[in-house]
Amino acid sequence: MAVVFQKTKGLTDKPFHYCPGCMHGIIHRLIAEVMEEMDIIDKTIGVASVGCTYNNYDYFSCDMVQAAHGRAPAVATGIKRCKPEEMVFTYQGDGDLASIGTAEIVHAAARGEKICTFFVNNAVYGMTSGQMAPTTLLGQVTTTSPLGRDAETRGYPINVSEMLATLTGAVYIERVALFDYKHIQEAKKAIAKAFRVQQKGLGFAMVEFLSTCPTNWGKEPIEALEWCKEKMVPQYPLGVFKGQDLEV
Amino acid sequence: MAKRVLMKGNEVIAEAAIRAGCRHYFGYPITPQTEVMHYMAREMVKHGGTFVQAESEVAAINMVYGAAATGERVLTSSSSPGISLKQEGISYIAGAELPAVVVNIMRGGPGLGGILPSQGDYFQATKGGGHGDYKNLVIAPASVQELYELTVKSFDLADKYRMVCMILGDGTIGQMMEPVAFKEKEETLEVAKPWATTGMHGREKHNTITSIYIDPDDLEAKNRELQDKYREIEEKEVMFESSNLDDAEIVIAAYGTCSRICKNVIRQAAELGIKVGMVRPITLWPFPSKEFSRVADMPSVKGFLDVELSSGQMIEDVRLAVNGKKPVYFHGRMGGNLPTQKEILDEIVKIHKGEM
Repeated sequence: MAVVFQKTKGLTDKPFHYCPGCMHGIIHRLIAEVMEEMDIIDKTIGVASVGCTYNNYDYFSCDMVQAAHGRAPAVATGIKRCKPEEMVFTYQGDGDLASIGTAEIVHAAARGEKICTFFVNNAVYGMTSGQMAPTTLLGQVTTTSPLGRDAETRGYPINVSEMLATLTGAVYIERVALFDYKHIQEAKKAIAKAFRVQQKGLGFAMVEFLSTCPTNWGKEPIEALEWCKEKMVPQYPLGVFKGQDLEV
Repeated sequence: MAKRVLMKGNEVIAEAAIRAGCRHYFGYPITPQTEVMHYMAREMVKHGGTFVQAESEVAAINMVYGAAATGERVLTSSSSPGISLKQEGISYIAGAELPAVVVNIMRGGPGLGGILPSQGDYFQATKGGGHGDYKNLVIAPASVQELYELTVKSFDLADKYRMVCMILGDGTIGQMMEPVAFKEKEETLEVAKPWATTGMHGREKHNTITSIYIDPDDLEAKNRELQDKYREIEEKEVMFESSNLDDAEIVIAAYGTCSRICKNVIRQAAELGIKVGMVRPITLWPFPSKEFSRVADMPSVKGFLDVELSSGQMIEDVRLAVNGKKPVYFHGRMGGNLPTQKEILDEIVKIHKGEM
């Protein structure tokens, strides 16, 4: 019988620990599929960060390094400078990348480090139980903005892709979503493009994924998807912010 | 004998690292260690290596973490406030068991403090520094020649034990110029690193570098492994220099710059008919406790004088080692000031007369 679908070699056999409806599983699989299709599993070193995906070194089948909170781009810099022929990626959430790790991500991009960053934006801290993130929307209720995020005392959301796109060293920045098959396929293309940018040594590449956190949003998975579409996209529009004309 | 060249301490650290096969340096500017960085910025490119001026000490130590994960020899250097920032990364390096060399050319604190020499980071360096139960190997050179030899050795020790080896100098050691004789060729330890994340390239299993163990039994087992390693180091890697101990009545405990000042004091005391010896720890951790205990048992020894550029930090280890067998007195200066020979000699005379 012909095999029509099987698990990608880019993932190990370890079962994911993620909550129902969480999108980390989809994003992991897409990255893993791209690594397999590009035949780079053997020469990729991934950097896990702190948050729900702290142990994704157990899930990706390539070499993996676990980094301190927010420091993945610095760790990846150290790896890439030592192993310029290898492919290096970081996998970071919004608390990790957009809050505690802002300095590291901005400067890795500014230096034009030849790494890929996969940035998962679900507008909340997942692992530590739903605190406000820099990406939390105005009015959004979290455990640390129980009355909804108010600009007066809690400031405004950070649009990381738009911000990093201003840097010369960042050559490819795209924000994608995972609402349906079409979007998932576009997300996969973006991942592949980011790796190709690195392969060609062009500079820093980042893909931002709009993602859901049904557990901490207090929503059913389908409801969460709708909320992501309706509420997050107006604040975080999809599209290519840097490298629109990049042919790789 | 090899030709001697006049060089600044900080530059010798950088040169020694390159000679030891270190090809990756990540740092952030801070006085009084910046010459390490200048030298690396200039010289690393000639050796096909990496020099990155990081956005912060926090980033620099994490670049070190990443570089060390690939199995390469790697260095970062800083001074006291910068080393405080690196502590998070140092703890992760300890937990993930990666080899790295970290240089701290100490300046006065706390806070922004000053830029002049201090030994005020002894506790931070030898007792852990960051969070968790861990140790760094801590080496305290007392001359530019020693800075060279011990920096080379620190890379071997870091590789051998998969941990941070810290060169702990004070601003004087980093800034002073002295003749140094380099070897024609360094004999460095070749350590296999099958654990390194280098890309699998046909390796059967993927390597992972991590310091997280969610299961308490796993984490305790990891900690026990670390502690076993530390006990082994305490047995095998203690370095010290003892001098003038025959018939010594008073024994000085001092390291780094202080030990140099004390050497002259020993001669001056001899002129006054007071026999003074010295135990100079070269490794601050592991501490030469057995040597201090042995010396404390010598019948001629009436007491110890611990001299530091601090309010008294190493003295706690000296007292633990001496264990009440003899009195341990203290003389220290802070803020970037150095004790004069006369100050120390006066203390010795007082101890000798029984006035302390």
